[in-house]
Amino acid sequence: MSRNTVVPMGSGHRVEDELFLPGHLGCQGCGGALAMRMVLQAMGPKTMLVIPACCWSIIQGPFPYTGLKVPILNVPFETAGAAAAGLRAALDAKGRTDIQVLAWAGDGGTYDIGLQSLSGAVERNDNILYVCYDNEAYMNTGVQRSGATPEGSWTTTTPVRTPKDRPKKNMIEILAAHRIPYAATATIAFPDDLAAKVHRAKEIRGARFLLILAPCPTGWRTDSKHMIAASRMAVDCNIFPLYEVFEGDRYHITVEPKGTPVREYFKMQGRFRHLGDKEIEQVQRRVDFEWRRLLHKAMQEPFSM
Amino acid sequence: MKKVIMGNHSVSYGVRLARAEVIAAYPITPQTQIVEELSEMCSDGRLKAKFVKVESEHSAMACCIGAASAGARAFTATSSQGLALMHELLHWASAARLPIVMTNVNRALGPGWNIWTEQTDSLAQRDTGWIQLYCEDNQEVLDSTLMAFRVAEAVRLPVMIVYDAFFLSHTYEPVDIPAQEEADALLPPYKPARGTFMDVEDPRTFSNMTPPDYFMEMRFKIERAMRRAKGEFERAAAEWRRLTGRSYAAVETYRCDDAETVLVAVSTAASTARVMVDSLREKGRKVGLLKMRMFRPFPCREVVDVLRKARKVAVLDRNISFGSGGIFAAEIKAALSNVPGHPPVYGYIAGLGGRDITPATIEEIFDRTEDEDAPEDPVTWIGLKL
Ligand code: SF4
Repeated sequence: MSRNTVVPMGSGHRVEDELFLPGHLGCQGCGGALAMRMVLQAMGPKTMLVIPACCWSIIQGPFPYTGLKVPILNVPFETAGAAAAGLRAALDAKGRTDIQVLAWAGDGGTYDIGLQSLSGAVERNDNILYVCYDNEAYMNTGVQRSGATPEGSWTTTTPVRTPKDRPKKNMIEILAAHRIPYAATATIAFPDDLAAKVHRAKEIRGARFLLILAPCPTGWRTDSKHMIAASRMAVDCNIFPLYEVFEGDRYHITVEPKGTPVREYFKMQGRFRHLGDKEIEQVQRRVDFEWRRLLHKAMQEPFSM
Repeated sequence: MKKVIMGNHSVSYGVRLARAEVIAAYPITPQTQIVEELSEMCSDGRLKAKFVKVESEHSAMACCIGAASAGARAFTATSSQGLALMHELLHWASAARLPIVMTNVNRALGPGWNIWTEQTDSLAQRDTGWIQLYCEDNQEVLDSTLMAFRVAEAVRLPVMIVYDAFFLSHTYEPVDIPAQEEADALLPPYKPARGTFMDVEDPRTFSNMTPPDYFMEMRFKIERAMRRAKGEFERAAAEWRRLTGRSYAAVETYRCDDAETVLVAVSTAASTARVMVDSLREKGRKVGLLKMRMFRPFPCREVVDVLRKARKVAVLDRNISFGSGGIFAAEIKAALSNVPGHPPVYGYIAGLGGRDITPATIEEIFDRTEDEDAPEDPVTWIGLKL
């Protein structure tokens, strides 16, 4: 396990090689924009992006502009998995196996409306890398709850009197249950860990999934200057552990957390401001349980034939 | 080479001869044999396509959209509920200007569950920007599949090949399977123009946010492409006639020259109507048939040219737009509305949910059209058992 939290934008990386063009349309401090920059640096120019409806529909800029130096295919909300599979099939039919297909979806397009098409692509083991930049709500439409919204959180459809009463869906477990060759979590405060996972994913054939916690100042009700800190804190308090799963059964925790109380993480964000001691305690218990469970899985013997 | 094959397999042969590169499909009765046969062809190497076995029709179309965006020749097939599920993506495919070809076997939409033929499924997609061609026999199904790819790629719009459940999908007929060289002569390899497909050497963004300043012009260009599709279809048909001797047109007339009453019919009902026209002609009645092959783009000029000379027009619709009536009838009334002194249009609904359209059905339609001075408002149902 490493604890590298420095932010070198790729060592030896030259500005000319930057695939993310200046002038994106995301909010200031957008974790989703930074996540794209980091992932593209690791992916390189032989990448084709498939983007369903999400904040990135805006961030990339409108017609007739383009925001990235790789081709982008925009597709309907629920189709990232299937459209990426089709693009892959076409490239394979043309012998362009050197090109990587990168589906890039928000949490709504992954956990909720796009889950079926993602499940289909992963079950078929289509040779794509699917990245979900998870900002934990429907941010593009103005902060509505999604299946990725954490327990206790405020959103515009879970007002403070009745905040989200169910835990966040465990996307990695859903994919591990598909026996996906590679699934991992990452976040912007740990760029080396993120880049290492993208490189690892690039080396593997078949379906690969990366879940990136992408803090969103707008929806998290936090100052944009705290985004990296929030990203780091989510890992340190075990709310968002950084780990990877190979073939659905070999777990590997990649960053050792500090075990900071979740209260510290909640204090940073307006979306949890309404929570009292009792509610925070309840979340803490679940987080502790899930962390022990993950440790247990990481120590388990993997399946072998 | 002549072979006795079912309508569904005619599609599979057409897709093989078209050298489709990506196929994505999901099973649904009565379409399934199309993709079963294509699976066999991909498995034994007769067709070198990537077959993506998707988890829904929605994903089938999404997959075709992804594939066609990279410049691949993409195909899918569906029916009824499956087509309805695709609806959002049908708009996407046409507005993204992707030359996808899809077969839709006409089947009634539930409830109650019904697997038999009715055209409401495909006609309900009339505003999605898809070219629609309706077929009457298995040879036409195969030939149309090939021509569909050519037309689609020429105008960069998707094409839907449509025919009746069971009456055609599961009916065996002798079909002349063209030689690969003939198919290749009609349909050369798909080479999309630079800038119209995903390319890492020429990175562009497709289908991103489009402000009002650009959006309308894009829609105008789709309409213009749709209007061009008729000419492209005629060119493809002329080429196919040269290669095989078989000819196809947007609409076909049968004994219409001196006809006083012309019946408009589509798909297999047109075969029954043709027989009935002959038998009524023997009795001295001046009747004719207009068969519509093309529904989108709507061949307005051809339809008007034939129908304006008739005294009365009858339209047989195996479909219904509730609160309006038959969909072909509505389109034909609209086409005639600017023709001074145009004939009255009698709309008939028959054969819904797979009920037979028999010679007696057609005869009743001719009888009522000739007997009644003016059309019943709004639409006449034939064979109701109420
Ligand atoms: S709403 Fe959030 S995720 Fe969307 S662009 Fe703004 S900061 Fe980024």
